[in-house]
Amino acid sequence: MTDATNNGGPVLAADGTPLKKSLAKALRLQKMRALGLIAPLLIFVMVSFIIPIGSMLFRSVENGLVSETLPLTVAELQQWNGDSSEPPGEEVFSAFVADMVVAIEAKNHTRLGTRLNYEKTGMSSLFRKSGRKIKNLDPAVDGPFKEKLIDIDKRWGDVETWRTIKTHSVGITNGYFLNAVDMRRTPEGAQSQPEDKQILITLFKRTLIMSLAITASCILLGYPVAWILANLPARTANILMILVLLPFWTSLLVRTSAWKVMLQQQGVINEVLVWLGMVPDDARLVMINNQFGTIVAMTHILLPFMILPMYSVMQTIQPTYLRAAKSMGATNWTAFWRVYFPLSVPGIGAGSILVFILSIGYYITPEIVGGTKGVFISNRIAYHISSSLNWGLAAALGAILLAVVLVLYWAYDKIVGIDNVKLG
Amino acid sequence: MKLSTLTALAVTTALVAPAAIAEEMTIVSWGGAYTKSQKNAYHDPYSEKSGITIINDDSSAEAVAKLRAMNEAGNVTWDVVDVVAADAIRLCDEGLAMEINPDEHLAPAPDGTSAADDFGDLIVSDCFIPQIVYSTTFGYRTDLVGDTPPTSVCAVFDTEAYPGKRSLEKRSINNMEWALLCDGVAKEDVYDVLETEEGQNQALAKLDTIKDDVIWWSAGADTPQLLADGEVVMGSTYNGRLFSVIEEQNQPVAMLWDAQVFDLDGWIIPAGLSDERKQRALDYIYFATDTQRLADQAKWISYGPARASSAPLVGQHADLGIDMAPHMPTDPNNAKNTFLYNYEFWADYRDDIEAKFQAWLAK
Repeated sequence: MTDATNNGGPVLAADGTPLKKSLAKALRLQKMRALGLIAPLLIFVMVSFIIPIGSMLFRSVENGLVSETLPLTVAELQQWNGDSSEPPGEEVFSAFVADMVVAIEAKNHTRLGTRLNYEKTGMSSLFRKSGRKIKNLDPAVDGPFKEKLIDIDKRWGDVETWRTIKTHSVGITNGYFLNAVDMRRTPEGAQSQPEDKQILITLFKRTLIMSLAITASCILLGYPVAWILANLPARTANILMILVLLPFWTSLLVRTSAWKVMLQQQGVINEVLVWLGMVPDDARLVMINNQFGTIVAMTHILLPFMILPMYSVMQTIQPTYLRAAKSMGATNWTAFWRVYFPLSVPGIGAGSILVFILSIGYYITPEIVGGTKGVFISNRIAYHISSSLNWGLAAALGAILLAVVLVLYWAYDKIVGIDNVKLG
Repeated sequence: MKLSTLTALAVTTALVAPAAIAEEMTIVSWGGAYTKSQKNAYHDPYSEKSGITIINDDSSAEAVAKLRAMNEAGNVTWDVVDVVAADAIRLCDEGLAMEINPDEHLAPAPDGTSAADDFGDLIVSDCFIPQIVYSTTFGYRTDLVGDTPPTSVCAVFDTEAYPGKRSLEKRSINNMEWALLCDGVAKEDVYDVLETEEGQNQALAKLDTIKDDVIWWSAGADTPQLLADGEVVMGSTYNGRLFSVIEEQNQPVAMLWDAQVFDLDGWIIPAGLSDERKQRALDYIYFATDTQRLADQAKWISYGPARASSAPLVGQHADLGIDMAPHMPTDPNNAKNTFLYNYEFWADYRDDIEAKFQAWLAK
């Protein structure tokens, strides 16, 4: 011990360092160790989840292709007034040929054509066809190019072609998000799509409404089942539980296809109804390839996600509460509604969140049984990912869907309270 | 003792493994009966000849998106990919497929005709190696059409003569062309009309007349199932699927060979393969697309070989023992009135027309 301690200076640890510092060091070591323990999981989540989602979301605004492929042209186009009815002058055309020669060498011009074709029909073939001829031009000696390009394809003389390039030459664009809400980016700012191409808002609305309907029907069907399971003796309940879990373990495609067999016009249900004489043979019920089919099949598929949390919450509700309520004069209904139901709400909440969020992103079942009126926004996302290759638009649609889910989650937290959700 | 055996085993595996990996190649195709026909006609003979193990991956339906993702990740795991011609054009445009020189990379015909001439117009893209010609056509229930079976594609739009549901693919391609053909547009003018806003509206208006009677399919297996169950009276699908419903499953279904849309399916080699893998892929392609091999495939599936020189060699079905030539979309009796798919047109108009078509469907 030194005098300093006695004089009210910093308290020292056994090795002479100030105690505060020593403690902080120990704490830091502890934290590092804890971090080291969770590091594998953290890295895994980062690499396999956060980074891919982040990069996918970034695609919804990223638009480097135009300015990277045609840097000189884009710079020259800044001087050109897009409102004029005259195509740009020779300087733009010669810059364009210089850019294209480089792009054709790297085979980037057709990619650019595909990109611009999302905005203006015909750009794909314009770039592919012109590429074959521009390849033979030498930007240093073959000028002037304006006439030559218009000779190659008269669309190079069209103001709209250059307007499209100019409008979509920004590096970070709002174009995909505008497309995702049935609008488009134009030189005059955002405008709505022509009416015959508007579909995405409708699909968003339909996805939300049908997901709510599926959640509601899961609650209605799942609640009695969960109640029975929770109130039977454990042996019987376990056996019945298999009935809930068995379909849960069956392949999604098998269950969806089974619904097709059940619901179609020559299917099991219609055959039985016709045989019973309840439905005339020439007016069989249409129960598939519409919204009804989607709701039925998806309710069945998602039902276990509703029953399981409800069941585990209901198991924790003491039967004595109900008996106490009844002993104080409550009717069966009052005892259920005022005592049992409020206690089971956390289970409903957990089940609803699970079912709703799962159904909002569902894709394969609506595709198979949804026909035209029962498909979701995710079917369009899948189309743009795998068929049209318009990943920017797909990313924007996905980002909006993610935002909608987060907003609904927030609203749920405000109204019901997220700590009022229990999985058991 | 046990430990040393294990060690020995591990050492042997470590020594053998790299060699084994080097002798494998992944070929992507559509799965089902189609992959089976390729396995019998191409893969098995090739493995026997070269010792290379072939791994099948049934991902052709998502091939374009997956190849793009692999390319961005810098790790292309596929060696040869089977895609339809329209996808091959897309992949070529995106720089995801390798350019092919037919005369250098493909075998000449037995009589010496160069590969480029033997395939002829079917080489629709610099990256595409044609393999089969298929048709999207209509099948109908023979027991549901009465005494006058349909002879024209326009029966699809004639709900009075042929009441009942019909199945059409849930996309604009092919449906728009048929709608215009049956609305009085001449075959050679179809794409000129479809280029215009009025033409597109005309096609949609024609489709509108049967909209309530259509079940829209998205998987090739849908129409065969719907026909077999009697859900639809007629429906469009690939001719090979109809062949298997009619000849293999003996359903009361017949094929309508009218204004069927000729389309192509074939191979591409992904861009960015290492030299060694590229060489192996090219070696496989050279073998698998020669005249005899292409004719062999028709023993197992009713798609026409893409080489002119293969047609006379088409024999009998391997299991059923029936002559396959009359079931080929390329057979002169079937190809009396065919419709040629315009790749260039759809590469341009697909984004626009498909958006309109889907909006129309959702209405």
